Amino acid sequence: MDKLDAKIPQGPLAEKWTNYKAHQNLVNPANKRKLDIIVVGTGLAGASAAASFGELGFNVKAFGIHDSPRRAHSIAAQGGINAAKNYPNDGDSVYRLFYDTIKGGDYRAREANVYRLAEVSNAIIDQCVAQGVPFAREYGGLLDNRSFGGAQVSRTFYARGQTGQQLLLGAYSALSKEIAKGSVKMITRSEMLDLVVVDGRARGIITRDLITGKIERHAAHAVVLATGGYGNVFFLSTNAMTSNGSAAWKAYKKGAFFGNPSFTQIHPTCIPVHGDFQSKLTLMSESLRNDGRIWVPKSKEDAEKIQKGTLNPTDLPEEKRDYYLERRYPAFGNLVPRDVASRAAKERCDAGYGVGSTGLAVYLDFEDAIKRLGRHVIEARYGNLFQMYEKIVDENPYETPMMIYPAVHYTMGGIWVDYELQSTIPGLFVAGEANFSDHGANRLGASALMQGLSDGYFVLPYTIQNYLADQISVAHVGTDSPEFDAAEKSVKEVIDKLLAVKGTDTVDTYHRRLGMIMWNLVGMGRTGEKLKKAIVEIQELRASFWKNVKIPGKNEMVNMELEKALRMTDYLELGELMARDGLLREESCGGHFREEHQTPEGEAMRDDENFSFVGAWEYTGENKEPKLNKEPLHFEFVEVKQRNYK
Amino acid sequence: MDLTLKIWRQPSTDEKGKFVDYQVQDISADASFLEMLDVLNEQLVVNDEDPVAFDHDCREGICGACSLYINGRPHGPDKGITTCQMHMRRFKDGETIVIEPWRAKPFPVIKDLMVDRTAFDEIIRAGGYISVGTGGMPDANAIPIPKRDADIAMDAASCIGCGACVAACKNASAMLFVAAKVSQFAMLPQGKVEARERVQNMVSKMDELGFGNCSNTYACEAECPKEISVSHIARMNREFFSSKLISEKEK
Ligand SMILES: Cc1cc2nc3c(=O)[nH]c(=O)nc-3n(C[C@H](O)[C@H](O)[C@H](O)COP(=O)(O)OP(=O)(O)OC[C@H]3O[C@@H](n4cnc5c(N)ncnc54)[C@H](O)[C@@H]3O)c2cc1C
Ligand code: FES
Repeated sequence: MDKLDAKIPQGPLAEKWTNYKAHQNLVNPANKRKLDIIVVGTGLAGASAAASFGELGFNVKAFGIHDSPRRAHSIAAQGGINAAKNYPNDGDSVYRLFYDTIKGGDYRAREANVYRLAEVSNAIIDQCVAQGVPFAREYGGLLDNRSFGGAQVSRTFYARGQTGQQLLLGAYSALSKEIAKGSVKMITRSEMLDLVVVDGRARGIITRDLITGKIERHAAHAVVLATGGYGNVFFLSTNAMTSNGSAAWKAYKKGAFFGNPSFTQIHPTCIPVHGDFQSKLTLMSESLRNDGRIWVPKSKEDAEKIQKGTLNPTDLPEEKRDYYLERRYPAFGNLVPRDVASRAAKERCDAGYGVGSTGLAVYLDFEDAIKRLGRHVIEARYGNLFQMYEKIVDENPYETPMMIYPAVHYTMGGIWVDYELQSTIPGLFVAGEANFSDHGANRLGASALMQGLSDGYFVLPYTIQNYLADQISVAHVGTDSPEFDAAEKSVKEVIDKLLAVKGTDTVDTYHRRLGMIMWNLVGMGRTGEKLKKAIVEIQELRASFWKNVKIPGKNEMVNMELEKALRMTDYLELGELMARDGLLREESCGGHFREEHQTPEGEAMRDDENFSFVGAWEYTGENKEPKLNKEPLHFEFVEVKQRNYK
Repeated sequence: MDLTLKIWRQPSTDEKGKFVDYQVQDISADASFLEMLDVLNEQLVVNDEDPVAFDHDCREGICGACSLYINGRPHGPDKGITTCQMHMRRFKDGETIVIEPWRAKPFPVIKDLMVDRTAFDEIIRAGGYISVGTGGMPDANAIPIPKRDADIAMDAASCIGCGACVAACKNASAMLFVAAKVSQFAMLPQGKVEARERVQNMVSKMDELGFGNCSNTYACEAECPKEISVSHIARMNREFFSSKLISEKEK
């Protein structure tokens, strides 16, 4: 089907992007002023895109649900950002970064996109340094690098444990400069509630002012979504509280295909769940696995004693501990990729060897490292993380091993886009975590920041011009078309309907219930049976929600319960699509593990013959089954292999 | 634990506010402060009452969205953390906790505990950036920067823009916030080119927005959840006066 044309440029891998740029259509400076672009979301991807469009001379309107662009979820990224600079001279190259990313994604991403990502990675670092981002430096004054999972080189640039913060503040300052200049108009505390499509093209959005409740219309020649990931469909995740999937979902319902919705990253090192009041989970950086050793007791009896609190983990002798990652994967040990580490932890806990009061935790132990290197070295490396852990868990990780458990962290799935980052709706572009992106079935550490900034600074400013070049004859798009009327009307109807339910259960109770279904049935260990059950249970929950949810107050005020309810209506539909996507994919790949498809040793078993494609879902109408479209993946430049970390 | 909460309720910017007492029961010592407020809000919604509005997002001390005066202190009694990082084990069963919004003229209350901090964005727009476009930048390692300078720049850059410094200051001064940005760029060669205009424009924007003067009480440093040092204010003052001098000479 030609709607799914990825538009990959001809030529050798390393020349595709150069060829594209040489032949694309451009808009001349005088005409740029006549063209309007809407950017929804000002995290790393959106802020960098909006600032770059503004500089080029387009009229930009940018939106965010936060009170300031500086608070987008990107601010929370800790570890770092990859680039193929090869400053340490340890053998890195654009090709190697490309190869590691394709392999890390378990061969479910598009070669041409991933290569371009690796290619522009170096310019991102140059850009950020020019903006004054204070990356870590060595004594000689040059930039420092560290290593991350899934790579044999040191290519990760970082700013203490706050890399996302510093990169976002860089993009925010570039955006602020354009706002001051008047090329970008920033509209904060404003939530997109629908996409407006006129004559088959994306032409605007409907928003709700989060302070006054006012429903507003905004029109443009093109719309960019950079609204982040939808990990919060699981209720508990490492994402910020307001991260959501609504804008992408609205685009899907207006005709944009949704790519690989079931591909979710579950991060192995998070602080375990410890009570039903809990609102979110906290990540403990991947870097800890460099020095920490992961273990559980060898016997169930000991595990039970630890769970009951009658045995202290530090009293359990070495020979009674099972360092299961080192046992199963001697070559990579504690540094296997995220998906492998998460599954192994779940396997041990499910078998009854877990620790902590719930039995849903494993130990990350620094005892050996402290003995070997001294406490001061560990403190210098991870001091802030240890402190964060102690604040939350109230235990001192220098003295007793840290408890960790996998948690939902990132969504590789998202709106399907072609090489130009354009969705199946002409004029609708999608960037950052919101698109189905370059990470295949598993994202490597430090590559989401790279992708967000690549999309925003270096890809969209080119590709959007290729689209806008023939739009110069279209006058400023008005908001008084029947399509805007209809979209506004439907938004208002949904709000009225929600407020009219006046049931008994709060939005959060529903969100928790959905989270349980997703975690138990669409989480780390999926089966055909579980996924089918999930579809039924989500449908039931959705029906119950619309009969029984309780939302106080009215629309025309600050109403956070209403905001949550609106996002919840989308999660209740998106969750079902995730289950459907997982059900169709009768293979295991990356973060998607179907228990029916594993090797005798319990490793993921891919089926390249039948599933080497992107699953792009098409909306077909209310309560109708969505349609699956397939974009076949061709690997011309890498050899597709079974991943092996043993 | 069971607690009494005295919370500032204010329907909107223009309406009057007042303290209202609430009781919450069975709060876990492991819950965070904001999770305790979630429990209260669930209770209010179930009882057909208006839940308490407050800003929050990351809940791990980095986005700067959460605020609150807790028992008279910005971000509560502990040093070096934000409200969202505080846990209920810090409080005792039966305690009364007083919760208020930031109180500072440039940060008007929007509703209850939620305030408008867009004045900070306006200060940044006045000059808190290096004017480079996208692309065509020199190699990142072209200019070595001494590690010490880069570290000081990073200390300054760790500001989360929460506004605790303003809330803590009896004059509602934004000096620490502005100084952190000015100082970050003053430490880096990239920031030097526009240093003069930056400091003057940011300071005059700060004054224009109604933030007060700095009278060196250092309450801002004491309450900053990122423990940003007032030494940045001294650096900014140097930048400011030398930029004024140069401007005078050029006249
Ligand atoms: C704890 C944590 C640590 C991480 N660490 C790393 C790391 O070290 N390295 C790495 O590479 N990646 C890391 N990641 C992943 C990375 O941070 C994210 O994938 C990335 O920042 C997403 O950026 P974004 O611009 O796509 O979206 P976001 O930053 O999520 O921004 C979304 C924007 O959209 C707006 N928005 C959302 N919905 C709407 C709507 N309906 N209407 C209007 N506006 C809307 C928001 O206001 C916001 O401005 C980490 C993630 C987490 C959770
Ligand atoms: S909620 Fe982000 S700093 Fe507190």
